[in-house]
Amino acid sequence: MAEIMYWEAIRRAHDEEMARDPLVIAMGEDIGVAGGTYKATKGLYDKYGPERVIDTPISENSFTGLGIGASFLGVRPIIELMSVNFAWLAMDQIFNSAAKVRYMSGGQLEAPVVIRSPGGTAHQLGAQHSARMEKVFMGIAGLRVVTPSNPKQAYGMLKSAVRCNDPVFINEHELMYNMKGEVPDSEYFHPLEGSEVTRQGRDVTLFGYNISVHWSMQAAEILSKQHGIEAEVVDLYSLAPLDRAGIRESVSKTHRAVIVEEAEAPVGVGAEVMAIINEECFFELDAAPVRVSAKMVPTPFNHTLEKASIPNAKDVVAAVLKMLGK
Amino acid sequence: MNAADKKRVLREMLFARRFEERCYEAYVERKIGGFLHLYPGQEACAIGVMEAARPGHDYVITGYRDHIHAIKCGTDPKAVMAELFARETGCSRGRGGSMHIFDVEHRFMGGYALVGGPFPLAAGMAKAIKMKGGDEISICFLGDAANNQGTFHETLNMAAVWNLPVLFVCENNLYGIGTATHRSTAVTEQYKRACSYGITSNQTDGQDIDQVYAAARVAVDFVRSGQGPYFLELMTYRYRGHSMSDSGAYRTKDEVEEWGKRDPIIILRDRLIEAGEITLDDYQAMDKEIFAEIENDIIPYAENSPEPKVEELEKYVLAENDPYVKGGVH
Repeated sequence: MAEIMYWEAIRRAHDEEMARDPLVIAMGEDIGVAGGTYKATKGLYDKYGPERVIDTPISENSFTGLGIGASFLGVRPIIELMSVNFAWLAMDQIFNSAAKVRYMSGGQLEAPVVIRSPGGTAHQLGAQHSARMEKVFMGIAGLRVVTPSNPKQAYGMLKSAVRCNDPVFINEHELMYNMKGEVPDSEYFHPLEGSEVTRQGRDVTLFGYNISVHWSMQAAEILSKQHGIEAEVVDLYSLAPLDRAGIRESVSKTHRAVIVEEAEAPVGVGAEVMAIINEECFFELDAAPVRVSAKMVPTPFNHTLEKASIPNAKDVVAAVLKMLGK
Repeated sequence: MNAADKKRVLREMLFARRFEERCYEAYVERKIGGFLHLYPGQEACAIGVMEAARPGHDYVITGYRDHIHAIKCGTDPKAVMAELFARETGCSRGRGGSMHIFDVEHRFMGGYALVGGPFPLAAGMAKAIKMKGGDEISICFLGDAANNQGTFHETLNMAAVWNLPVLFVCENNLYGIGTATHRSTAVTEQYKRACSYGITSNQTDGQDIDQVYAAARVAVDFVRSGQGPYFLELMTYRYRGHSMSDSGAYRTKDEVEEWGKRDPIIILRDRLIEAGEITLDDYQAMDKEIFAEIENDIIPYAENSPEPKVEELEKYVLAENDPYVKGGVH
């Protein structure tokens, strides 16, 4: 099993799927000749040519819609939206066309597109390049939302998403493209539904997804070493649908839940997980669940303010200690 | 079109008129719910263009005024009416409604209700056609007001850059809902706007099906021969309001009367009578036949069809049992 970077994992999935099926295409801003802002399509333009690795104009809504229309006839587009902030512009086509066409056609048409986009706060990118938008995507019927937290998931989810007949939104992270991790040498398809226990524990469950899985893992190590608290960490790599059974199982074991999210709390992943806990296993709880979330501010430019606006491992540790009365 | 073709398209236009008028009645009777956008006045547009194209072979997409486009592509009018009656036998299984008629078998790729939404979808289908090497073309029918959406500009640009086999048909009925084009649009002649993207374009009379056909023949051949996108503007008029909830108060009586004199059905009918191809009696007999078909065949089919089952409410949201959802299938 080789250790490769997150961007390399995405690139490999592209390459394998494009080599296998001539109807798989990649499209987005600067993904071709320039090789992609995050190198996710590096070298593919030379290998597959301009008809299949398409540098689009800066017209997010319409090039996304164009990919969706192509998918109606069996093309499998992998669309890169350079930043999730730009996905706001493509909402119309993603929500009104891709997510609804199967239903409103009575099952006659489907839109098997993959839309990949990095979200999250990186390094002083300012308010309009730092959004977390998963909360918006995960509430839409007809759309799958996954968010890989490591290279293995990034590779395997893109592979599954390309072949899945539903539209899939893959929420990546600007800070994670250079993260290294093990990816199977042989072809691997990661599930698009479910969750994964990334650390076993007994005292509290830390629910994270994407980058917040890593904060949760760091927090769990601190809690274990410094406080003797064994936290379980659950990676909610599928945000739509959320893994109700996985959430119930872990909370039924630890009886305590902290949800860690990079986004602002209102109408978010944390709110949704809390609701599921209430619905699925309220009487298993020994304490009221809490959220560790971003501050309700447009992301500031100043680095100190920026860091203060999003949570980190220390905030998770503090939330757990408070919950346990320590 | 030869004489036989012209008689057939006259019947198709008259059928379209009567079909839509019957929808109006059914709506008033509350047998059809939701929004309903009718086509009377514009019949020569969809029927004339598709006469020059290959219905059932070329891919067609449009907005919410979509019943007649589907029927011309080959959709059974019974399935359209059943859809309007929200029945399981409807062409979208009662899940779509008037604004979302779909019939993929006949390559009618749907009616969409966001103004301008189909532009990129049409270009995408053209991209797919090009990749797969077929001789189909993608045809996008939309109104003039859709050209004030960003998708018009973004899509025409991409269609031109990538030389896609897509025909944009603009049915210019002079109003965007209830706002006159000149009050909302700096350049009211739509074909000129397409020129700014280097797209070959033309404008013609949308009330005279012979002219529509002739212009569409050129446009379709252009696109099918691989020369790239084409934009065809058809000057037309809708005799009813934008939708059923529109009183049409924004239009003068004179204007409506003027356009009434240019009824596409009457223009073709009189031309055929003058040429000795049909008599007025033939026309009236045709009308009676259509009336009987609608009343005895189409409406009872829609009325007597079952509604979708509530147990199947959540069907068609996502693919069923897609193996890749579970991963690890290999």
